[in-house]
Amino acid sequence: MTALSDRPTTHAPAVGSDVRRIDGPAKVRGRAPYAYEHELDSSPAFVAIVQSPVARGRVVSIDASAAEALPGVLAVLTHENAPRLGEVVEEIRVLQSATVQYAGEPVAAVVAETSEVARDAIGRVVVRYDSEAPDVVLSVDRDDLYAPEQLMAGFETDSVIGDVDAALAAAPVAVDVTYATPVQHNQPIEMHATVARWDGDVLRMWDANQGPHNLVPVLTSAFGITEDQLHVVSPYVGGAFGSKAFTHVHQLLAGMAARVTGRTVKLELTRQQMSSLVGHRTPTIQRLRLGAEADGTLTAISHEVVEHTSRNAEFAEQTATATRLLYAAPARRTTHRLARLDVPAPTIMRAPGETPGVYALESAMDELAVALGMDPVELRVHNEPARDPERDVPWSSRNLVACLRQGAERFGWAGRDPRPRVREVGRRLVGTGVAASTYPTRRRPSQCRIEAVPGKATVVSIDASDIGTGAWTALTQIAADALGVAMAEVDLRIGDSRLPKASGAGGSTGTTSWGPAIQAAAQALRERVHAEHGGQLPAGGVVVTGSSGPGEEVERFSMHAFGAHFAEVRVDRDTGEVRVPRMTSVFAAGRIVNATTARSQFLGGMTMGLSMALHEESVLDAVHGHFANHDLAEYHVATNADVGEMDISWLDEVDEHVNPLGAKGIGEIGIVGAAAAIGNAYWHATGRRVRDLPITPEAFFRGE
Amino acid sequence: MREFRYEKATDPAGAVATLTAAPEGAYLGGGTNLVDLMRLGVATPDVLVDVRQLTSTEVEDLPDGGLRIGAAVPNADLAAEPRVRERFPLLAQALLAGASGQLRNRATTGGNLLQRTRCTYFTDVTMPCNKRAPGSGCGAVAGYHRNLAVLGATNRGGDDGHTCIATHPSDMAVALRALDATVRVLGAEGERAVPIGELHRLPGEDPSRDTTLAHGELITAIDVPALPWATRSRYRKVRDRASYAFALVSVAAAMDLRGTGPDAVVADVRIALGGVAHVPWRATVAEDALRGGPATEEAFAAAVAAELAAADPLPENAFKLPMATNLVTRTLLQISGEARA
Repeated sequence: MTALSDRPTTHAPAVGSDVRRIDGPAKVRGRAPYAYEHELDSSPAFVAIVQSPVARGRVVSIDASAAEALPGVLAVLTHENAPRLGEVVEEIRVLQSATVQYAGEPVAAVVAETSEVARDAIGRVVVRYDSEAPDVVLSVDRDDLYAPEQLMAGFETDSVIGDVDAALAAAPVAVDVTYATPVQHNQPIEMHATVARWDGDVLRMWDANQGPHNLVPVLTSAFGITEDQLHVVSPYVGGAFGSKAFTHVHQLLAGMAARVTGRTVKLELTRQQMSSLVGHRTPTIQRLRLGAEADGTLTAISHEVVEHTSRNAEFAEQTATATRLLYAAPARRTTHRLARLDVPAPTIMRAPGETPGVYALESAMDELAVALGMDPVELRVHNEPARDPERDVPWSSRNLVACLRQGAERFGWAGRDPRPRVREVGRRLVGTGVAASTYPTRRRPSQCRIEAVPGKATVVSIDASDIGTGAWTALTQIAADALGVAMAEVDLRIGDSRLPKASGAGGSTGTTSWGPAIQAAAQALRERVHAEHGGQLPAGGVVVTGSSGPGEEVERFSMHAFGAHFAEVRVDRDTGEVRVPRMTSVFAAGRIVNATTARSQFLGGMTMGLSMALHEESVLDAVHGHFANHDLAEYHVATNADVGEMDISWLDEVDEHVNPLGAKGIGEIGIVGAAAAIGNAYWHATGRRVRDLPITPEAFFRGE
Repeated sequence: MREFRYEKATDPAGAVATLTAAPEGAYLGGGTNLVDLMRLGVATPDVLVDVRQLTSTEVEDLPDGGLRIGAAVPNADLAAEPRVRERFPLLAQALLAGASGQLRNRATTGGNLLQRTRCTYFTDVTMPCNKRAPGSGCGAVAGYHRNLAVLGATNRGGDDGHTCIATHPSDMAVALRALDATVRVLGAEGERAVPIGELHRLPGEDPSRDTTLAHGELITAIDVPALPWATRSRYRKVRDRASYAFALVSVAAAMDLRGTGPDAVVADVRIALGGVAHVPWRATVAEDALRGGPATEEAFAAAVAAELAAADPLPENAFKLPMATNLVTRTLLQISGEARA
């Protein structure tokens, strides 16, 4: 450990190198236990959920006698007998009242000796309802649209600069277009699962989430326990995308079932249940008005968003916030209005806000380029703002133009014929499109503890979360460099609420929050060893802590990652089938910690963008109020066969302002704008401007 | 999920006897559809009679040049069978257009024919569905139906006890319908041969019944009669994504073209459609219109239009009509182009 006293010199830096996932071998061998797989108890009990088919109404009566009589049934919980929960937000007050606020709301839970008996029993619970017709259809004409006090993540609801309407009226060239995006659902491969057990008055939970500490305030309040009485363990998580960020009803049901039966209980949601119990992305209706001079200079940007939330929660997605910074224009306006509908509470999904919002803005920019007769890359470059156009602060770094230029070069954009529907390969119409991407750079407070003992691997403890992103690997790289040791000499511990508190995985903040905390702890270790032990690690070892969080850079700079997507689309002129044979995307996202896992993050985001453009839509049944296509046979996500050649690269961007690591976060920028590039290419291929996603084959036949 | 008993008979007759005596039982083949339906509570058999190893896994030559396909032949094996690929390319193409590699390894030929609709109201026990719960109504007519039937459906607005706009999900069955296959069935009364056109049924007044098979009858084999000109045949499937999706519209087609150049005449033709009806839909109106006529784009399009004149689409699935017209026309042009070449 002599390297502690010096700058690391004995090892090549791990950060920036191309290291394979250190958790990969355990995962492919089945030795990395996911939530449901923890073997804790030779005879766990199983929980199954009875859901309301009624979207709006109340439970009149529940007859559980037939279910209770089934051999193997341990308990049937209903709102009449379930433990009372402490204070939690309304959307998760499960089995606390007879009121039903959305289709699929749990009205009873069966605990049984086997999952088969539990599932059999739920069909024997007889529930009678008083129901009303649900109100689930969003439109701009509703008279109950309202402005929320603020948007998610603390953004202001509206922003207005200048006289937008006057600027639009005076603009020589303008577009006024409305885009719509449907409800979408996260589809992580691991369904939400919880194993819960009470050891006396201590609740232990093995759970699939985006950060064990995220659950702590909710679970302690719900069950009336202290933080010391709660232990949440989540070492491996099979995807989340936002759906595992918040505490949902299944975690509370598992805790209640374990308390009532005194058993270890297992609860895994079905894929169908995920449509109603763990959130969705709101649909959006977005009116975009852009005004420009004849040379393409934007004079006005107006982006008005209508979206939904639920009766039991206000989830105000920040859809138009990226429009506040992407382009320069003297007059600008963004607004958000909500309708409260009889639907489950929306939640975070894959770059909430930026994903639907930039889709609409970047589609409208393409329409403006067509109206101007201007190349869409040049239109974007022409409106590049020198400073954040609404906050009036400098960028910490901004390389959108470089991304557009490099992407155009790699894609072969030069010489593109702007005319639509003039290219064919066989029976396929061919087109190309471009769109910009951006995502905020943030960090959140996080703490780390390091225990160094001579001759042993250094234990680095932080309640970080690897939801499949590669955090196990990236944080080990960061720790190795910070400690000046090889990666093998780092013993990383994450995914446990009894580790030092850290932020959850979300908002592309994991590496930017946890990495600097690890660096700070390593620095504290170095200083301690110098100051108190003469530069030599004492035989008894040293324990230090370090922390990191947002600083004054938040006020001084506008901090964002940027990117550019280019897509080729082919549309079968007989069947309307849409395929994307290739995409080129270039990102400027600060320092890249691991090229392999970073590429996977970008690729995953781009694939989700493709999937959003062409496939994903949860259909709300207006009569019953449920999501009708609630399984993977009918809710289509892109499969391997849908993903063509993906050319992914990034700029070597140095940003000394964002955080000590210089990283900007890469979890979400890949999806933002990708659907717009594909939609724009679809127009270029077909001459048809589809303004509501997804672009399924029938779009080609509309009006014919 | 209801608890069930698992039985394994020693021969087909024993299986038939076992299931005939168990009115709530079901045969288990590959289980790729049935097990899903059991998990969903849609199928609630009290006994499963495993027939996967009872019927043949062989493809045998028939004297006329056709093929006898054992009911237990896995879909993957059938698609890879050289005689199928050579004599009936549309059948191999249809098989490969269905499901995923893993499912095709598991699924059997007999089971494939007996798949149930993927209508989301059928697979959700909390929703009305006349097929699953006779008399409960049809949720799909006023709800989610972009993937459902435009031909042969019983559509009285959804609230009556008969409305059903379900589609049959199989790709393979569409090709077999075009090939006039015969389904060999063993029942308590002995063996019988069912023309595939009489196996599946339209919903009519009883949407709960997908086929004409009696309870306990077991498919033992499928005979595909010789059709020399089926070497020029195709299966094309339109779907939302490149793989692993049910057909929005599909077509299985073969053509016997006589003569060359612009004077070529359609001596005979087979056309079956998938994704449009409760059954694999044989386009007999279109076939009749084409037989003896010219092999031109106009003739093809007019024939499909005549076939689809009986269609009764809903707002969200009306696109299937122009889509089917284009698909069939283009497929027939491709086949006739190959024939001329």
